[in-house]
Amino acid sequence: MISRQDVEHVARLARLALTDAEKERMEAELSSILEYIDKLRALDVEGVEPTSHAVPLVNVMRDDEVRPCLPAGAMLANAPDRAGDSVRVPRIIED
Amino acid sequence: MSRSRGFEVIIGLEVHAQLLTRSKMFCGCPTTFGAAPNSQTCPICQGMPGVLPVVNRRAIELAVRSALALDCRINPGCRFARKHYYYPDMPKNFQISQYEEPLAEDGWLEIEVDETTKRVGIQRLHLEEDVGKLVHEGAFETAQASLVDYNRSGVPLMETVSKPDIRSPEEAAAYLKAFRAVLVSLGVCDGNMEEGSLRCDANISLRPRGASELGTKVEIKNMNSFRNVKAALEYEVGRQAKALAAGERIVQETRLWEAERGYTRSMRSKEYAHDYRYFPEPDLVPLRLDPAWVDGIRAALPELPRATRQRFIDAYQLPAYDAEVLTQSRALADYYEEVVKALTAGRAPSAALPALGEPAKIASNWVMSELLRELPADDEAAIRSSRVPPQNLAALVMLIADGTISGKIAKDVFKKMFETGESAGTIVEREGLTQVADEGELLAVVDRVIAENPKAVEDFRKGKAAAAKALVGQVMKATRGKANPALANRLVEERLRAV
Ligand SMILES: [Zn+2]
Repeated sequence: MISRQDVEHVARLARLALTDAEKERMEAELSSILEYIDKLRALDVEGVEPTSHAVPLVNVMRDDEVRPCLPAGAMLANAPDRAGDSVRVPRIIED
Repeated sequence: MSRSRGFEVIIGLEVHAQLLTRSKMFCGCPTTFGAAPNSQTCPICQGMPGVLPVVNRRAIELAVRSALALDCRINPGCRFARKHYYYPDMPKNFQISQYEEPLAEDGWLEIEVDETTKRVGIQRLHLEEDVGKLVHEGAFETAQASLVDYNRSGVPLMETVSKPDIRSPEEAAAYLKAFRAVLVSLGVCDGNMEEGSLRCDANISLRPRGASELGTKVEIKNMNSFRNVKAALEYEVGRQAKALAAGERIVQETRLWEAERGYTRSMRSKEYAHDYRYFPEPDLVPLRLDPAWVDGIRAALPELPRATRQRFIDAYQLPAYDAEVLTQSRALADYYEEVVKALTAGRAPSAALPALGEPAKIASNWVMSELLRELPADDEAAIRSSRVPPQNLAALVMLIADGTISGKIAKDVFKKMFETGESAGTIVEREGLTQVADEGELLAVVDRVIAENPKAVEDFRKGKAAAAKALVGQVMKATRGKANPALANRLVEERLRAV
């Protein structure tokens, strides 16, 4: 079961501002998802290696070669605000 | 030790090193330092939807090389993981790193403090991507915004975590120095702390001597030089010891070193800072490094600084101090050995050398006092492209050995060689610096000096040996340092006795 506190914690980590109604909905939805995980937990997986990837591939690597970048303008076009060539973000509250 | 008030100091260091690849860790953007902001990014390092990162093989190779040099165990398999946090230095809101299965674990690095050698354990070594760079807009106090440059995001970064084996700020600085020397000599990282290619964080705690449990640890960030690492940790030892002695509890937190003000200050505690929710990076399949490939990397490892240092002591009978200085960088060690080789090579007129001393020690003296006056010992590129190549320095020493110039003049010649890139022979000839070794020519000068200094002659007669030295000094001065000192000595003595 997911508590109201869990929802608030996860929302804060994701920088989401949820209304009380949304929190309530999330509590119910996330709980039902976790209940499904509980179902999986009931399975006997003794001796089964955890699977991180479903594809039977290892060692996919590339050579150390430079490829063209995005032009600075194109990259900055996605930024909500800019100053010169820099992305401008609200001042980070001194950690 | 008074600073620690009898408490035992426990330090572990985390060092982040940018690897010397041409392209980023998972995309083809260049890694060049100092480019215009946001000119080296692409959809992959910006984490656009639908892109596919691919591991840079060279980064893996450089990390394996480092791990082997640090005597780590290379894990047969390793995996990348997403480390989640929301901060504008990473546009993706996660950083690709390694978590449960790092590239390598369990190695060690040898350090030396106060002529005592000790091993500091390496807990783990893993790969990750660097993040963007944030600067305040305008002055720190009044800044309303931060400016972000994402050129650095995605640059290959190797994180090496030491075991908590370090027992003093001096040892911490020695560890960082030794670590940097290893990476630089391996060609894995340029070691430039000012440009941030090498960065260091520390975990530090104190405990009563003899206690087996560790005290509460504090993480110190923002120490970007050897001096700052030592100063920040010294400050922190004092702060924690004072608090513990007063019966206070140490708060587990992250503190920033304020270099100009000389203290550490608490960063506002981030309640959730360590809730990174790691999970395997789905876009990067696991690595299973081919043992033959790893063996190939091992076979190609260069001699490491500590080994070179020992070899210099054993093979050249150098004092430990000289060996330490000369192995600050691979380039310097190579330079030194080239000078020795040139001085002792079969063809060289080395018959004259023994009068000056052991060639290996002479070479060491010249490299340490003259070359290192001009160039920093750890600047690989500068030493490799020195305007005085090793053969030219050896040729200069030979000019002293065969009596062409005096040691004193040779120092001036070295400076000119460094300014112009010319050979010693060219400068000596053009400026007429050849030593006056002609007895008749020098005798005339000696006689003149004796005639002009009756007081010194009188003193010598009264038994003041120092008076002869003063006269030799006058002779050297009159010849602008070109008189052969031994000959000048002999002639002055002879003349004084004859008067
Ligand atoms: Zn990129």
